Amino acid sequence: MVDVHLRGIVKRFGRTIALRGIDLDVEDGEFVVLLGPSGCGKTTTLRIIAGLEKPTKGKVIFGNRDVTYLPPRERNISMVFQSYAVWPHMKVYDNIAFPLKIKKVPKEEIDRKVKWAAELLQISDLLDRYPHQLSGGQRQRVAVARAIVVEPQVLLMDEPLSNLDALLRVKMRSELKKLQRRIKVTTIYVTHDQVEAMTMGDRIAVMRNGKIMQIGTPTEIYHKPANIFVAGFIGSPQMNFIDVTVSEEADGLTLVSEDFKIKLPPDIAEIVKQYMGKTLVMGIRPEHIYPEGFVPSNVKRTARINGVVDFVEALGSDTIIHLNTGSRIIVVKASGTYNTNIGEELTIELDLDKIHIFRKDTEEAIL
Amino acid sequence: MSNEKILLSRGDIIRYYTYRIILAGLVIIAVVWVALPFIMTILYALADPAQYYDPRVIIPTSYTLKHVNQLLILGAYQATINSVIVALITIGFSFLIGLPAGYAFARYRFRGKDSLKLFIVALRMFPMMVIAVPLLVLYFKLGLADTLIGIGLAHTSMALPFVILITSSIIAGVRVDYEEAAMVFGLSRIGAFFRVTLPLALPGLTAAAIFTFIMSWNEVFIAAVLSFQNRTLPAFILNLIAGSTDFIKFAGAFIMVIPALIFVFIAGKYLVRMWGITLK
Ligand SMILES: Nc1ncnc2c1ncn2[C@@H]1O[C@H](COP(=O)(O)OP(=O)(O)OP(=O)(O)O)[C@@H](O)[C@H]1O
Ligand SMILES: [Mg+2]
Repeated sequence: MVDVHLRGIVKRFGRTIALRGIDLDVEDGEFVVLLGPSGCGKTTTLRIIAGLEKPTKGKVIFGNRDVTYLPPRERNISMVFQSYAVWPHMKVYDNIAFPLKIKKVPKEEIDRKVKWAAELLQISDLLDRYPHQLSGGQRQRVAVARAIVVEPQVLLMDEPLSNLDALLRVKMRSELKKLQRRIKVTTIYVTHDQVEAMTMGDRIAVMRNGKIMQIGTPTEIYHKPANIFVAGFIGSPQMNFIDVTVSEEADGLTLVSEDFKIKLPPDIAEIVKQYMGKTLVMGIRPEHIYPEGFVPSNVKRTARINGVVDFVEALGSDTIIHLNTGSRIIVVKASGTYNTNIGEELTIELDLDKIHIFRKDTEEAIL
Repeated sequence: MSNEKILLSRGDIIRYYTYRIILAGLVIIAVVWVALPFIMTILYALADPAQYYDPRVIIPTSYTLKHVNQLLILGAYQATINSVIVALITIGFSFLIGLPAGYAFARYRFRGKDSLKLFIVALRMFPMMVIAVPLLVLYFKLGLADTLIGIGLAHTSMALPFVILITSSIIAGVRVDYEEAAMVFGLSRIGAFFRVTLPLALPGLTAAAIFTFIMSWNEVFIAAVLSFQNRTLPAFILNLIAGSTDFIKFAGAFIMVIPALIFVFIAGKYLVRMWGITLK
């Protein structure tokens, strides 16, 4: 097994810059997820680690070996391609067996491994079909099976579950994660599904526009987003962002928005003090806002805001309330048993220990 | 829905049948256009001379292999073998050089690629007549005059631009990621080419090979200039039939056409089978 390091990777394709300086350290046996919107450079990063693409600048290091210019076959990797790349002229069995045949594994062992992988991915009865006789989801599972039969040092997966139905996806998620734990292979996993990222990753690297915006454990990414992009990208429904000005009122430091004022407790005031008179962005997740009277006992301090219910989405397990506070909408995630109607007046309580504050200019988190 | 009858108006029916009749007519014209010369060639090559010269007989009823045999004895047999050898040499050399070049055009980005492609197309415009005679002089010096290898090399120079361009587009049609996957799972670029790209490109490459074969098979001018004893079939027939009777000319055409037809039929069948598997 091996640890993987990217050092200042820049990649240009002609005039487009796909990666603008990626630094990433993946520990031995770690499961790191690259998460980000379409076109942010996830696949390009993976291809550079695989050796299918040479970086314009920067280094790829496996353990203490600089592999930047080594061909893929000398890197001891395995990969699930976003496009599957299941070979059309081979049956499913031969597709999965091919990497083992190249490594000259004995025939009985190949057979055993192929059957094991097929079992795991529920494609056992498709083994003697050609890829053109499979659905997209089945082809994708063949690609995953092919990637896991070899015992690579680094496993690269580019959205390996994107084409499966919801049920199978959840099952495969845990199967892949369990498998990765068992064989302890260093894994870099690309997805744009945040639930997949949160449930599978030891750490998540959130990417945007060729840069890593933040890297951390799922908990860190969720509770301590480093900037507005990460805060907004993780979590559903999206975090509420409200422009506020810091001002000194009679009873202490206050965040003033168009619709309401929030008096800050001393610890937060201490951090925000230096931005006196400036505009900041306050962020609060819908799940950290409660209708008045429904605040759980472990929430210590709250701020109140009044508004009128604009829209209600009853999802069963949750009720999503869109509250009009005058000039804007604040989204609240209440429990599924909570009942309210459009047009009703409602007071909500913000958990003050869960608010985030960002600079408006750099979008960096200051709290 | 399933039990409802769909009613067509009279206009629809007339339009439908008019369309069918016109289409059938066009197909018949196309088939006759292509097949008639073949049929006539074969009929008259085998026709009895008595019937051939009888103005009242259009389709002969009595046939003979006499003229064909006569030609074969006079050297057509050896010339056919020469032609096949030359065509195979042409395929061999032009693919040996053309396939790697085509691969490079399909897979790599490099400076001047488009100009180079244009240059290769331009080579095709260079008239063979201009180089044939200087080539003969050169061939004498190299000891290649009147050899099958010599003709094969000349045909290679003629076929190469075509082979480069067509193989590059065939290889571009095989998705790169199949090759990349093979490289990730332990093959070198060359290994990936032979194990993955080549099998997938084979139907197209076979078609290109057939075309190259026919190009060489049909070529008369260079073959006639560069050889004296070791003639290819077209050069041999050109030489022989100039002063012959009509049915000998037809017999010459017959011998020209039959091997090519057999080759194309066999390769074509193989082609369809291959495509059936890989292109679905
Ligand atoms: N071969 C290429 N030539 C030119 N531009 C490219 C090439 N490959 C990628 N790009 C560009 O680089 C950027 C990053 O692409 P990449 O495929 O890494 O995105 P991604 O994060 O994987 O997106 P998705 O989620 O849609 O798969 C994009 O703007 C893309 O257009
Ligand atoms: Mg991608």
